[in-house]
Amino acid sequence: MAPRPTVALLVTCVVDQIAPDTGVAAVRLLEAAGVDVAFPPAQTCCGQPALSAGEPEAAARLARHTLEVFDGYEAVVVPSGSCAAMVHHWYTRLLTGRDRDRAGTLAARTFELSRYLVDELGVTDVGARLDTTVTVHDACHGLRNHGVSRSPRALLEAAGATIVEMAEPETCCGFGGTFSQHHGALAGALADAKLGGAAATGAEWLVSGDAACLLHLEGRRRRTGAGPRPVHLADLLARGLPARTGAPGADGP
Amino acid sequence: MTGRVVTPGRTFKERAEHALANAGLQAAMRNLDRRLFTAADVERTTPWLKDRAASIRRETLSDLDGWLDRAAAALEAVGAVVHRAATPADAARYVVDLALREGVREVVKSKSMATEEIDLADALRAAGVASLETDLGEYVVEVAGERPSHMVTPAIHKTIPQVADLLTAEAGRALPPDAEVLTRWVRDHLRPRFLAAEMGVTGANFVAADTGTVVLVTNEGNGRLCTTLPRIQVVLAPVDKVVPRLADVSVLLPLLTRSATGQALTNYVTMITGPRRAGELDGPEQVHVVLLDHNRRRLLGTPYEEMLACIRCGACLNVCPVYRHTSGHAYDSVYTGPMGKILTPLLSGGEEGCDLPFASTLCGACTEACPVEIPLADLLVRLRSDLRGPGPLVRPGSARRPPPPSPSAPDRLGVPAGGPGSRPRRLPGEGYPWWAGGAALPSPRRDAPYGRRRLGFAAWAALWSTPAGYRLGAAASRAGARLLGRTRWTGRRVPGSGEWTVTRDLPLPAARPFRDRWAARESGVERW
Repeated sequence: MAPRPTVALLVTCVVDQIAPDTGVAAVRLLEAAGVDVAFPPAQTCCGQPALSAGEPEAAARLARHTLEVFDGYEAVVVPSGSCAAMVHHWYTRLLTGRDRDRAGTLAARTFELSRYLVDELGVTDVGARLDTTVTVHDACHGLRNHGVSRSPRALLEAAGATIVEMAEPETCCGFGGTFSQHHGALAGALADAKLGGAAATGAEWLVSGDAACLLHLEGRRRRTGAGPRPVHLADLLARGLPARTGAPGADGP
Repeated sequence: MTGRVVTPGRTFKERAEHALANAGLQAAMRNLDRRLFTAADVERTTPWLKDRAASIRRETLSDLDGWLDRAAAALEAVGAVVHRAATPADAARYVVDLALREGVREVVKSKSMATEEIDLADALRAAGVASLETDLGEYVVEVAGERPSHMVTPAIHKTIPQVADLLTAEAGRALPPDAEVLTRWVRDHLRPRFLAAEMGVTGANFVAADTGTVVLVTNEGNGRLCTTLPRIQVVLAPVDKVVPRLADVSVLLPLLTRSATGQALTNYVTMITGPRRAGELDGPEQVHVVLLDHNRRRLLGTPYEEMLACIRCGACLNVCPVYRHTSGHAYDSVYTGPMGKILTPLLSGGEEGCDLPFASTLCGACTEACPVEIPLADLLVRLRSDLRGPGPLVRPGSARRPPPPSPSAPDRLGVPAGGPGSRPRRLPGEGYPWWAGGAALPSPRRDAPYGRRRLGFAAWAALWSTPAGYRLGAAASRAGARLLGRTRWTGRRVPGSGEWTVTRDLPLPAARPFRDRWAARESGVERW
């Protein structure tokens, strides 16, 4: 029997600090799919906030740190399409020389969670069972820079969830990193359009693969009450896994 | 922007908020069909068009000055008068002088963004020459005293009842909110003006360098009337309108019409090759072609060169979530939407619209929609780092020859690699391959807000590139959040969160970060 593969989890700063349950869920899914997970503790942030603010030097510094931390792992899995796309699309553009070569190597081994499960492992049924109706928001960077589209749907379908597609699943939710801090009114209007589209499906959950987009949408929903509850794909699937133990200290949403 | 009604607000942000609060505008914008036809549809139906179009555009840019020389020679060979204008003022002056010299009293205009760029209608009126827009949408915005809000559908921001009110005032009699009746009235109103005008002004969708042919697409036929009835014809063509061969139009034109309005071909395609020749019964006696630079050629050899591949189809506007919520006037610029956010600061030499590149979620829908594969979202990111202050981005007036174009072909993602040997001075971000090659962009002035941003991110990167610094920063955030009580969300404004809480509750750091829970699991304290 082939040895279980080991993947390094690039948990992302947002999941680490604000939505740690999503990190726990990602680990449980990977382990359920037959993978051992390592968590390099020196990891911090991929650098994307600096890049989108117009500070490539600061972003490159974080990129070099990330290269260092994840050097040598055979696969790196990220529960965020946006941070995975940062590694894929931008690291080779930010870095030079040997760092650039290393960035190319890391990009080839880095996968967003659902793409790793479905496209790399070939697993769609992770053993989760969901009796619910969902609609999927295709978060932008995962979709356009990393091709995340089919894989979250395949996982949800294999778990038994009913997917009702919203109008424009691929239209931006309005988070946009620093955009949502500088353009509060516009970000709110874009969130309303997304939540409205999701509400029209009658789904129970609004599923996506990026914690930051989901926190933005949930923050808006707490004001307006509109739309189904935003949830990370990993969190929803992990809910459907057979319970193993209690998790003392879990924050709970 | 003389004499124009503008959306209130000094910044895009203020104008966008004004637009969001404008119920009529929001109702009108719901009519904008986001996906009349998309790059994906082009790929599905005519897969060869995109690749060939993208390569024709890059071929042109690899020797733009050469193709311009050839186009000018070909235009002159067929009897057109060519004027090369470095600046918008120069271009407007040429047309106004020509009108005055020829005793022109009335000008009819076909839709053209280049004439907006040089404020030609205002310049003509200031010289005592009447100027009239003849495209239906352009006519409506002209009557309203506004600028077009979309480069293909200029009055997209107006509802039919609003148009009826405007035209009622113009007609002096009640016109119903019925598109057909309104269009009929405009047509009857314009017809005598076409017959009276001594000069017709058009833009150009393409100028073929081999035959000297100007190609114009319209749906209403007004372009054809403007180019056949008046005695004098003036074509305003920015330098990026040149294409090597007339045959290239067979690729670019269907791609343009598909991407702009979803049409396989527009109702009218007009091709003009010089003035009326001996023995011909119609056509203008004089054709003047103004080739406008306006800081375009300085973009050659920089990553922004890609913007000169744009064919002005408007697809990036139609898919942009920000544009669809704000419409074009929030940009306060001639070119709007994603391409306008990039072109406005570049064409103005960093004088105008420097907040525009920041007004994007960087979602990438524009890049995906672009039929000629311009990496619009990437250029927005790049421009954010170049616009570190309000100082001039491209110094206007300095007549330095642009550096030679980058020798490297665009990579598979369409992003040009940095061209080695084309960098006379150090640039911000130099040392990053994708940031290299920005030779035409001098180091921007370092003003205080930029300095603060730079220092802030440098400090952040220094702290967060060490695990201890990251833990320290995170612990400080958690301690700060604890001051708000044991809550996961707050509606209160928190330092550093900007405008987040204007429209949304803010999530606060969790009591125990993932890494602590992982450590607890590793040591057997916690089981998942």
